Amino acid sequence: MILLVDLCFRPRSLSRREFVDPIAGILSRSGSDCQVVHFFKLSEEAVQGADRIILCGTALKDDSYSKRIDLFTWIRDSERPILGICAGMQVIAAVFGGKIFPQPKIGLEGIDIVEETPLLGPPRRIEGYHLHNFGVTLPPGFVLVAGSPDGVEAFQHPDRPISGIIFHPEVRNRWIVEKFVSL
Amino acid sequence: METDSVACLITMVSADPDSYMFHTPNVAWAGLIADAIGVPQLSWPTLGEEEAELADLREAIASAKERYGIDGIVTGAIESVYQAVRVQRICRELDLWCFNPLWQIDQVDYLKLLVSEGFEVIVTGVFAYPLDESFVGARIDGPLIKKLEGLRDQYAINPSGEGGEIETIVLDGPIFRRRVEVLKAVKEYDNYRGRLIIKEARLVER
Repeated sequence: MILLVDLCFRPRSLSRREFVDPIAGILSRSGSDCQVVHFFKLSEEAVQGADRIILCGTALKDDSYSKRIDLFTWIRDSERPILGICAGMQVIAAVFGGKIFPQPKIGLEGIDIVEETPLLGPPRRIEGYHLHNFGVTLPPGFVLVAGSPDGVEAFQHPDRPISGIIFHPEVRNRWIVEKFVSL
Repeated sequence: METDSVACLITMVSADPDSYMFHTPNVAWAGLIADAIGVPQLSWPTLGEEEAELADLREAIASAKERYGIDGIVTGAIESVYQAVRVQRICRELDLWCFNPLWQIDQVDYLKLLVSEGFEVIVTGVFAYPLDESFVGARIDGPLIKKLEGLRDQYAINPSGEGGEIETIVLDGPIFRRRVEVLKAVKEYDNYRGRLIIKEARLVER
């Protein structure tokens, strides 16, 4: 079972349909079971019961998740595969000592994959959909997988299967979610 | 709309029927639909010129913010990155929330949902091969959805018309207080381009 963590500003918000349901749809079409839990209501039981965890994105104007990083300290000790998407990547960065800072980007843009990983594959350029007001600094020890140190597009934990992407794979890059499930 | 309330409907009235951004067939009847739902309409003219029409949309949304105190807008974008990105940028400039609750939804599932929820939707325009004259004015129901699903598989038609292949009008639905009755309409069709032009319509009790 895959746990989808809804990072939107409130449970059952209108944003959930835009940022969580499309990921659930990709998982469903690839034959995976998933459970959606809002981050306000996330229990240890839900985390422990998951095989994999995806932290979903939020609306452009929504930064409520960044004010409650204390609710995500469980990520630090998790051994499960975790994928952070946009806001989810920002949360992972903050938990591991990176910084969230203003760096707005909207639209389709080229993304340079600079490090081969099981999730994103070999170095090459892909096109990805960006919708964020904030970027991150690379947390200490993390591997820069795509982008540059000043514009981190994707990163990975050095030892554990924890990854983050700042762009939205539900648009034009559904294969990333499918790949995450199959790793 | 869950816990949010709808303050107004914004209608962009494009002088160019082939606007990149805006729906144009029968847009003059959007005011009647607003009345049917019981929500005020903010109608805004635009020449419909590529990119310049975005300045008009920005003005319209800014006006809605001023007149109705809106906190954000809701669009029906499903797949169009072109449209979604431009609306997102305008909302960011105006410090408004932007919601796209249908974003990336499976288009056939969406059409089925409309029918199961009780929306009455008819096709008012077709603009792609192999959509024939029978689609113009047709009601979206189970058999039509099946047909569109087949055309998706065979010709890559977007079943909900997200690529501009089909345009529609909604005559009734669960959020309507009264329904729209079309009294007189004229069909035009030639070479896989067709329109249903509504000449007379009125509101009737549901």
